[in-house]
Amino acid sequence: MGRAVELAAGVRSGEVRAADVVEGYLSAIDAREAEVHAFNLVLADAARERAAAIDAVVASGGDPGPLAGVPVALKDNLCTRGVPTTCSSKILDGWRPPYDATVVERLAAAGAVVVGKTNLDEFAMGSSTENSAFGPTRNPLDVSRVPGGSSGGSAAAVAAGFAEVSLGSDTGGSIRQPAALCGVIGVKPTYGAVSRHGLVAFASSLDQIGPFANDVADAALLLESIAGHDPGDSTSIPEVFPSLGASLRAGVEGVRIGRISDLPAGADADVEARLEAAFEALAAAGAEIVDVEVPAFTYGLTAYYLIAPAEASSNLARYDGVRFGLRVDAADTNAMYTATRSAGFGDEVQRRIMLGTYALSAGYYDAYYGKALKVRRLIADDFARAYERCDVMLTPASPSVAFPFGSKTADPFAMYLCDTYTIPSNLAGHPAMSVPFGSGADDLPVGVQVLAPALGEPVMFQVAAELERRAS
Amino acid sequence: MSKRISSDDVAKVARLARLDLGDERLEAMTSQLDDMLGHFADIDALDLDGVEPMTQPYPLVNVLRDDTVAPGLDRDEVLAAAPDPDSDRFRVPPILGLDG
Amino acid sequence: MTWTHEGFEMVVGLEVHVELATNTKLFSASPNRFGDEPNTNIDPVTLGLPGALPVLNRRAVELAMRIGLALGCEIRPCVFARKNYFYPDMPKAYQISQYDQPLNVDGSLTLPDGTVIGVERAHLEEDTGKSTHVGGAGGRIHGSEASLIDFNRAGVPLVEIVSRPDIRSPEQARAYVAELRSILAAIGASDAKMEEGSMRVDANVSVRRPGEPFGTRCEIKNLNSVRSVGRAVDYEGRRQVDLISVGEVVRQETRHWDETDGRTHTLRTKEDADDYRYFPEPDLVPLAPSDEWIAEVRASMPPLPSARRACLAEATGQDAVSEAVSTVVDRGQDDYVHAVVAAGGDAARALIAVKEAFADEPASPRVPAEDLAVLTQMEVAGEVTSTQAKTLLAEIVAAGGGDARALAAAKGFEAMDTSELESMVDDAIAAQPDAWAKFCAGEAKAMGAIVGHIMKASKGQADGKAVSAILDARRG
Repeated sequence: MGRAVELAAGVRSGEVRAADVVEGYLSAIDAREAEVHAFNLVLADAARERAAAIDAVVASGGDPGPLAGVPVALKDNLCTRGVPTTCSSKILDGWRPPYDATVVERLAAAGAVVVGKTNLDEFAMGSSTENSAFGPTRNPLDVSRVPGGSSGGSAAAVAAGFAEVSLGSDTGGSIRQPAALCGVIGVKPTYGAVSRHGLVAFASSLDQIGPFANDVADAALLLESIAGHDPGDSTSIPEVFPSLGASLRAGVEGVRIGRISDLPAGADADVEARLEAAFEALAAAGAEIVDVEVPAFTYGLTAYYLIAPAEASSNLARYDGVRFGLRVDAADTNAMYTATRSAGFGDEVQRRIMLGTYALSAGYYDAYYGKALKVRRLIADDFARAYERCDVMLTPASPSVAFPFGSKTADPFAMYLCDTYTIPSNLAGHPAMSVPFGSGADDLPVGVQVLAPALGEPVMFQVAAELERRAS
Repeated sequence: MSKRISSDDVAKVARLARLDLGDERLEAMTSQLDDMLGHFADIDALDLDGVEPMTQPYPLVNVLRDDTVAPGLDRDEVLAAAPDPDSDRFRVPPILGLDG
Repeated sequence: MTWTHEGFEMVVGLEVHVELATNTKLFSASPNRFGDEPNTNIDPVTLGLPGALPVLNRRAVELAMRIGLALGCEIRPCVFARKNYFYPDMPKAYQISQYDQPLNVDGSLTLPDGTVIGVERAHLEEDTGKSTHVGGAGGRIHGSEASLIDFNRAGVPLVEIVSRPDIRSPEQARAYVAELRSILAAIGASDAKMEEGSMRVDANVSVRRPGEPFGTRCEIKNLNSVRSVGRAVDYEGRRQVDLISVGEVVRQETRHWDETDGRTHTLRTKEDADDYRYFPEPDLVPLAPSDEWIAEVRASMPPLPSARRACLAEATGQDAVSEAVSTVVDRGQDDYVHAVVAAGGDAARALIAVKEAFADEPASPRVPAEDLAVLTQMEVAGEVTSTQAKTLLAEIVAAGGGDARALAAAKGFEAMDTSELESMVDDAIAAQPDAWAKFCAGEAKAMGAIVGHIMKASKGQADGKAVSAILDARRG
């Protein structure tokens, strides 16, 4: 049973007080947050108030919900009403949304206690959280190294015990890669399974919100609490989200695990070794390992780095100094736009806006954005064919363990390669999750990625739970 | 090595995106973008004839809502968050040089 | 009626933006209302706040489909697209519109005179907010100190109707706009009031010698009435011809129509235009109305003005293109005329009465149909003169109804019978011998004095027409 699951059960039954629970996590924050910098904003008072309210509900015989009293951290690109939501950008510094994201509402309804807004690469663009305008987050396991990105803060918060679970967002791997680097579970759900209403958009056809946790069971609980149709998001899947409880206990007897034989190279030897061990462990547990091919997998990086910046260049055009956020004054509106955006956006964001604008511009649409959409189709088709022969696939989540600060910042493309294995799932809209499976170089954690077809969360969690059982 | 993208192209794109790079960064940005486009040329090898573009991962159609009014935002709360609010509207500098 | 200037013809296409008559906006549930306090109909989607997502309004789609059907378009599966550009009244810095896969394509609009103007497409898109400029002269952008933005209108549903360049004269342009307006109001899609901005017209004008390829076209904006459309198109056609005639070249540009000085002026050249970088809207899914839905919309459509005009023409014996029929249908009062007929009224007289006296009445006038029916019967039966009938009509309309017979009796109105009239005519002839002599000699004007005498003697109750007939007969 997961720690959050246990915690919630304890709070609901009155055995444990939410107020005491949250104090424990707030102490952990006090002890190490200055060093780790997982948060843009710690919400200690609000958390205490909320915990007290939950205890009051329990005392009066009510049920606060399945996440009762569980401390949760929220990536700072999730809108929280009246609470600053910055996307770790100067252009939104101090902005308080006048509304809550749907997932925030659902967490509140489930009784969770929000302890803070976590740091991220600016506007979710990055793989190390070094692109934050408010300083990087450090990997709690080795503070000379990155926690990964873009949801570095959310991953670190869970790894450091600042929250039991957290929410991040994943566009090209921004949950799974930091999960792998920090040694926690990270899940990107099927596209459309979790409402994007209130998630500050990076790339609309790729973004998904998902959980970080220390246990597979907790990740499942959190995902079930936030998933499900939202009429406020037109891309939200109408079908009822499958329940995951049974999957956690099912084992992998007869499950077909795909090994992608034409997977692009680039993973370090220590990571490869842990992936091999994962295959072996699952085989020992009764799974069938099947060789499959996904020929277009290797083109995912290119397709992604044309599609995502293109959508982002449009999504970020609204940051113009007119209605909210930073404004740098100028003699006319046009000059104001330019001054505001140039001062408000960091380098990586500007680079991606430029790339995306170019990919969509007259004369170049067909060669870049248009082509990338076709490559996306190829990847989806290749996956579909492969899933005729297997139920899930396994790959590395990240090509390497956590790397030192500054080691990939000289060449943007070097950083982009971090997403090699995570990107194709976003392009296809498929679920995928990273599960810690032992250690690699320097005793740092390695994450194994489980991939599944759309709405394949049950079998994905089924395999993840087995990996968790066999990780030690 | 011939460039895929020139600094003129980049300057034009910067104007479209309302970003002021400055001369130095313009050069750096040009070379970075050119480098990236070089990496991205791998998809030129693919045969994409007859392949349908994929714009949405999950095939939905006809998502509609009823034509019923729902409560919106409070004007004062919204204007309080604005950079330069008038009593009841958003103020901006003179609108020049724009397609209006 | 053809337009020609120094051997050139004009080629005109019209782009009409129509605000749909929905309760809420296209992609959010804020009210779609004109005239509210600024920034009171706002929500995260309207303001383009981070994290806001659009959800499509079903009623807007229905009304857009009605427009497509009314214009004989094919309704197709379609997608939404982002049109990216920066402007302060565009909160997301992109407009959600439709680009290469619009909802309605390949229709036409038949002008009352039978000319068919092609309609290329009619697609859905969202409206922008409104900016007002302070500190400059006359509220114009030029020289202003600042602008103030109101987002009430941002997100209001629009249908953009694009005609083919089939229009060849200012009259056709006016007729197109007038008929389109009439159709939109008749099908309930929009109140289509140019003066309120719920219908906006831009004209694309070029000129050429007949048979030659199309010339360079200019886009004309700021056309605020049907009349302006005609005037602007005429002016622009002449301007372009005059340029070409002295060997100059027409520049492709957007021009602003100035109603006061009756000219178009350069607004901006097309070379400065933004690259809109259209791409499919990832926050919305495709729209593919089913055959069942299209059939439902078609079945629920009210009759089109052309059909209503034909119906009214048949019922009243008037021409379908006559002013009376057009006016009454335009006001939506044709159903009322049919009701008057059904209540036993005279059709032709009912039509004239409604046209003349019901201009300020709503589509369903207050006067009960039976009341007007009775009045028309009285006139036909000669119980009152046409002058008396007019007086009674005015009173009945002002009062919102009335018993014509009772009113007539109260006023002492009764038409005089023929023998009474004849003896009055004889008296008048005897009293006005000079006028009579002149009248017999052929001076038609001289009748006036004699008729005047009769009217005075009869206290206005003599039927002028009957009197003239008797005088003509006497003269022989």
